[in-house]
Amino acid sequence: MALIDSFRRAADSDIWHSFRASPMTMAAAAVTLFIVLAAFLAPLIALQNPFDPANLNLSDAMRPPMFFGGEWSFPMGSDDQGRDLYSAILYGTRLSLEVGLAVVFFSMILGIGLGLVAGYVGGTLDAIIMRIADVQLTFPAILIALLIDGVVRGVISVKRHEEIAVFVIVASISLAFWVQYARTVRGSVMVERNKEYVQAARVIGLPRWLIMFRHVLPNVMGPVLVIATINLGLAIITEATLSFLGVGLPSTQPSLGTLIRIGNEYLNSGEWWITIFPGLTLAALVLAVNLLGDWLRDALNPKLR
Amino acid sequence: MPDTGVAVSRPPASGGKPLVRLSALKRYFDVSPPWLARVLERKPRAIVQAVAGIDIEIRKGETFSLVGESGCGKSTVARLVVGLYPPTDGAIEFDGNDMAARRGRVEMSAIRRRMQMIFQDPFASLNPRWRVFDIIAEPIRAFKLASSTTEVRQRVDDLLRQVKLTPADGSKYPHEFSGGQRQRISIARALASRPEFLVCDEPTSALDVSVQAQILNLMMELQREHGLTYLFISHNLAVVYHISTRVGVMYLGRLVEVADTDTLFRRPKHPYTRMLLDTIPDLDMTGRQRAPVAGEVPSPINPPSGCAFHPRCPFANDRCKRERPATIPIEGGLVACHAIEEGRLKAEDRGYGGH
Repeated sequence: MALIDSFRRAADSDIWHSFRASPMTMAAAAVTLFIVLAAFLAPLIALQNPFDPANLNLSDAMRPPMFFGGEWSFPMGSDDQGRDLYSAILYGTRLSLEVGLAVVFFSMILGIGLGLVAGYVGGTLDAIIMRIADVQLTFPAILIALLIDGVVRGVISVKRHEEIAVFVIVASISLAFWVQYARTVRGSVMVERNKEYVQAARVIGLPRWLIMFRHVLPNVMGPVLVIATINLGLAIITEATLSFLGVGLPSTQPSLGTLIRIGNEYLNSGEWWITIFPGLTLAALVLAVNLLGDWLRDALNPKLR
Repeated sequence: MPDTGVAVSRPPASGGKPLVRLSALKRYFDVSPPWLARVLERKPRAIVQAVAGIDIEIRKGETFSLVGESGCGKSTVARLVVGLYPPTDGAIEFDGNDMAARRGRVEMSAIRRRMQMIFQDPFASLNPRWRVFDIIAEPIRAFKLASSTTEVRQRVDDLLRQVKLTPADGSKYPHEFSGGQRQRISIARALASRPEFLVCDEPTSALDVSVQAQILNLMMELQREHGLTYLFISHNLAVVYHISTRVGVMYLGRLVEVADTDTLFRRPKHPYTRMLLDTIPDLDMTGRQRAPVAGEVPSPINPPSGCAFHPRCPFANDRCKRERPATIPIEGGLVACHAIEEGRLKAEDRGYGGH
């Protein structure tokens, strides 16, 4: 009942109408949906598991894609390890998406939490949190990730590092991304906390944390969702960049960025497909996600309606 | 003295014991520039004396109104009374309990339940993401005034009916209502915890004139029904005349005159009160010259010496510039003015309230 009701409200909302009115947004949503579905159905639609060395045969290395002299068993060609590129892209996209979503999730939690506290409590605590954020902003994400990755590599063995590479990369990108959420949330909270509905809750004598979560937080989530969408694309690109530089995911479990790096070494010797196909996938995914984010930002901005 | 033609059903003066007592209440706000600017640019500290020491007794069952121009500190008094700001100095007593005393959560909550607030802006005082039902139910749940969900529902439906809305309105969101309807929701929320004392911070100033009367009549009806005591903050003297038992006139953080409503409107004493009364437009006041409200309220960061009103007062002399007037009792009320005290200025009879 309540579910049907909320569906009906959603179908009648301004957001849905603005979605239907923008063909570009619908196309971006379709592309995103297609890539996400393909990525998460990878075990069903891939030809092999590219992460399993037992599946790889070195004699299959550097096969060209079909229509360029290749065969059906390697539709997009193969890389230097004899890995089917089509399967590797599916699995790599899945990995990239997982990293991107995890980064958005963790940086959002960290950023919202700190922003909420800084904005609502104010005073010295606010000053401390925001100065840390300012310092954080002076380091680019890549630098922080390189730093953390470098330290972790120095501390643990190579084999262990390959196992926890995903966590390292998620942690380092999240640490670079929380500031944006924190600043946005803090600004909105400082506006909301002086509104009379918050004062009404204070007159009742509700504890601070309850007012923050029940009253303030739901009213600052709009801009946060916009940042989250735009940051998803950014996180995927950052992960790809780090992997391209060789500090991201190892070549035993390649993400899109790792595949592009591997292909980059062979680009000049004529094996273009190892770079081009993962590159196109990455570009399409990030472009589609960013278009969705842009649309959401405009749709939620009352001044642009 | 002309008789009032308009039916006024304001609560009668009660000899009841005081429910709320404010004594020497002060609230300062620090609006200094940041520390770095003070040190580097040698800017001084700046303190706003929003409330510079006021004494008020509000008796059970009456409506006490505070009037004054914008920035005189009347809203700060409202927020001090309900505990939104801690006082800088002075005491607030509610039914014999000192509000500043340390006490446990349960005890504090028991006192808070008995006082609620109605806010000025009905578009900001309701959480836009909450349904009306949940907004009104919040105090009931917070103070655990109902033992079951059906009891909460009954109570909320009842409150909605009391403010002339329907129980079906509970499932809507605040944006689906007009300003007047939102203010009714706000009143229903304030009544949800069965309070005895309501602080109303300009509850009608954001509403259309046609709706203001509806809300005021509703508030007076609810006052009679539930035996409520009101502290009513307003800058609209016509509204204040309509509903108050007693009126306090505030200027720059201090009370300059307190009197019964009829006395204040018919025999105003303080020059500032007269000035305010002159601003009320009415149709049959022919001939008499009105003094326009001259000048602006001085900055409360740097208030004038002596009587804060002296720069705008037509009766000010040297003593007014030097010495702050003491509050003296006169004709059942209180007034703080040298000219009245010295007899230089007499209470002035004037008609008010329709003829």
